[in-house]
Amino acid sequence: MTALVKVDGLVRSYHMRAGMFGRAQQVRAVDGVSFAISRGKTLGLVGESGSGKSTTGRLVLGLENPDAGSVVFDGAAVPVLDTAPWRASRARMQMIFQNPLGALDRLLPIATQLREPLDIHTIGDAASRTARVADLMRRVGLSSEIGQRYPHELSGGQRQRAVLARALTTKPDFLVCDEPVSALDVSIQAQVVNLLTDLQAELDLTMLFISHDLRVVRQVSERVAVMYLGRVVELGDADDLFASPQHPYTSALVSASPTPGRGKAERIVLAGEPPNPAAKPAGCGFHPRCPMVFARCRVEAPLLVEVAPGRSVACHQVGSGSSASAGALH
Amino acid sequence: MQPLITIDALTVAFRGVKVLDGVSLDVRRGEAIGLVGESGSGKSVTWLAALGLLPNTATVSGSVKLEGAELLGASASAMDKVRGGKVAMIFQDPASALNPVLSIRRQISESLALHGGLSGAAIPAEAKRLLDLVGIPDAERRLSAYPHEFSGGQSQRIMIAMALAGNPDLLIADEPTTALDATIQAQILELIWRVRRETGMAIVLISHDLGVVAENCDRVAVMYAGRIVEEAPAAELFDDPRHPYAAGLVGSLPTMDGPRRRLTAIAGTVPDPKAMPTGCAFAPRCDFAGPPCQSVPSLRVVGDNRRIACVIDRRAAAAVRFGQAAE
Amino acid sequence: MARYFAIRLLRALITIVLVVTFVFVVLRMSGDPALIILGPEAPPEVIAAFRKAWGLDDPIWLQYVNYFGAIAKGELGRSMRDGRPAIELVLERIPATLALTIPALLIKLAIGIPAGIFAALNRGSWIDRAVMIGAVVGFTVPSFVLGLVLVLIFAVQLGWLPSGGQESWKHSILPIATLGIGGAAVLARFTRSAMLEVLGHSYIRTASAKGLSWRTVVLSHVLPNAAIPTVTIVGFMVGSLIAGAVVVESVFSWPGVGRLLVVAVANRDLAVVQCILLLVAATMVTSNMIVDFLYGFLDPRLRSPQAAGAH
Repeated sequence: MTALVKVDGLVRSYHMRAGMFGRAQQVRAVDGVSFAISRGKTLGLVGESGSGKSTTGRLVLGLENPDAGSVVFDGAAVPVLDTAPWRASRARMQMIFQNPLGALDRLLPIATQLREPLDIHTIGDAASRTARVADLMRRVGLSSEIGQRYPHELSGGQRQRAVLARALTTKPDFLVCDEPVSALDVSIQAQVVNLLTDLQAELDLTMLFISHDLRVVRQVSERVAVMYLGRVVELGDADDLFASPQHPYTSALVSASPTPGRGKAERIVLAGEPPNPAAKPAGCGFHPRCPMVFARCRVEAPLLVEVAPGRSVACHQVGSGSSASAGALH
Repeated sequence: MQPLITIDALTVAFRGVKVLDGVSLDVRRGEAIGLVGESGSGKSVTWLAALGLLPNTATVSGSVKLEGAELLGASASAMDKVRGGKVAMIFQDPASALNPVLSIRRQISESLALHGGLSGAAIPAEAKRLLDLVGIPDAERRLSAYPHEFSGGQSQRIMIAMALAGNPDLLIADEPTTALDATIQAQILELIWRVRRETGMAIVLISHDLGVVAENCDRVAVMYAGRIVEEAPAAELFDDPRHPYAAGLVGSLPTMDGPRRRLTAIAGTVPDPKAMPTGCAFAPRCDFAGPPCQSVPSLRVVGDNRRIACVIDRRAAAAVRFGQAAE
Repeated sequence: MARYFAIRLLRALITIVLVVTFVFVVLRMSGDPALIILGPEAPPEVIAAFRKAWGLDDPIWLQYVNYFGAIAKGELGRSMRDGRPAIELVLERIPATLALTIPALLIKLAIGIPAGIFAALNRGSWIDRAVMIGAVVGFTVPSFVLGLVLVLIFAVQLGWLPSGGQESWKHSILPIATLGIGGAAVLARFTRSAMLEVLGHSYIRTASAKGLSWRTVVLSHVLPNAAIPTVTIVGFMVGSLIAGAVVVESVFSWPGVGRLLVVAVANRDLAVVQCILLLVAATMVTSNMIVDFLYGFLDPRLRSPQAAGAH
């Protein structure tokens, strides 16, 4: 299987000041992230706020330049931000955000916005552009009259469909979706999730799907990466990973994701809160909250190692000969 | 036994636009009841109206009885005793639910002075005890801190401490974990349930998240467009939803285990309260809608302990629909 | 905290330097003071001598350096018109101006703030609408128009009050009213919107849900928060105590700092203009610093900005 997107050792640091005049501090938002996404497949990226999942998404799309590491798209490095080749590459990779209203131009009717990329890249003649817009609207389930409306006249679900249609205008191969359904009501969420999976199958799209909602991620993804404090702590097949999480953080996340029919007793409640990325603990980033912590975790950060075919975990307790498997938590 | 709270035919309109239409619901002592629905379904408005917390542009009618005493139209001073005393409420986005310019001590003490029957030095001592109880480390020192010095999870703990100050019989938790990260959500739910175990208070958990409600409540009421459409014990509702909307909601929820199925998305969107369909509000989105749906279905009792608002019991049809979706 | 104020002090100084520089440049570039003061018919030797005496022959940068040097030593120059120290001329006008602006400020506070609070608490009622209409009128009508209207009614038509001058307390009533009404309108609008902003916050609902009476909610939860933006506009009003009456003083021929400024500008009396503007800048900057300090007192978030991210 060939990977369309291959990410290797991505690092992104920011300078942050404490207060207006405090000393500048280096914050590693993304700290050595590697993964690959096969053509036509979806990688789900889960984590809590401050885990670096959104920054990772922007790095993969080349919306930010990494401090280290590389992103290879279809065999070639993603060009440097704001160069001519970068702009040309936009047609093949698109992003969808949580807030569709912010992503749409409030002053233009929907159909005009869908047509814009075709006009810019002078794709086809006038008639074929009109036809393409109509086709896109139909694909995302928007009736043709909606094309004449303005973003504020649409419901949340319709707006996200419009954003999706616009992202698809240039026939991209790769979509990065950053919490695309989090702002939507449950029933609308299901509509958009179904639409995404249908379009993926129809158009052979490759996706990076970023979300804090494990259930939605499982629904759309073949593989899942779990991030904590800028690092991938577990990576594996979606069904398998959620069914038998190996990393203690994944276990806690899975148990915190409410499931009808499951008793309350099974919930693993972690102590403390995710630390500020500006004040990362030494050793394993998760150790202050980890129920299985031991001496080594406090000094040495575990590497992401393959513990079974297709499953990688970054934990000293897992896969390094230790008998105490994190999976035993269940 | 008399229910703790009896809501009957509660209706709320803003400038003539009905947002709540004849809601009836009992909350018994010590029970945990969940209220689910999408935005605009009226789940929060129900309780804000019951406690007289809506702006005065709202027209409220119906009846809300707390231990037999009518709350709608009760005097301001009587309501002040109920709010924060018998019935406490916590909200979504705890960080903005706390007053930014007042210290935590001041904000908890206010509740204690009103409802705790305490005065003088007993108040700060009790405030500290409450902070300890809800798991704020270093409570003594943190009492002097201000809301911006706490994380979202800690702020919700403080809100819970404030709610406990009046030793309430009922805690209304309005989307208490929606703004919080998953692991923090688990902590807060755990805290609410520990507190409930210890105090025996009843809980109304308002949430858009069926999973959260299913896991944490005994009984669930599903709301749609200002009405309750189904009410059932939590487990039964999720195994066997009878109202097509409830079935649709359950089907919309992806699962964490088992084989993946296509989600049964409900077509269309929630109706605008200004242009509510005549008859059943869900009919335009309902696969089973027919001529009988022209009239508004009343919430009727089905079986031992369920109520649905659907003209025909769509049990079989809903099950078929659910089954098809699982193909 | 100390650094917070040190930074504000530095900023204040920079502001004053910029104001002085700006005025210096603008006034020097907009006409020759020698010609304006002595008149176009003055003999060239006299003009030359005047220029030499006031240093107007020096290159502009040297004049600038000399001017700053003098200010640093506390010398604010002399009036080019009568040779008296500029500061003396300005200081003797200050009491007259304050006699208008201080009572006017009290009127603004006494009417504007309660009206704004009352309107916000009764939003949508006829009281609210009345206050808002009054505020919009007071806000949009320029003070010279308002002043003239008051003169027309109370001095010309009714003959109750004098239309200008400074002979008795009666002379101050119309100028004070003109200043006070306009300012009260501004303040009412500001206070109302600050109140409405706070009333919409979720913590007000929390306070009500606790069982606090509405009175207590307003007094201890709404007002302290609404005070924060209101302090800004009050601070601005305090800052304009000295220079805020330029138009009104001219309309009512009131011999205050404002009128002196108008005359000095017309005459290109540089030292006097700069002296007044320096004073104005200093008052503004001082009141800004007081506002900053009050902010720190009213808003704990500003007291410890570093703590914002701490858990």
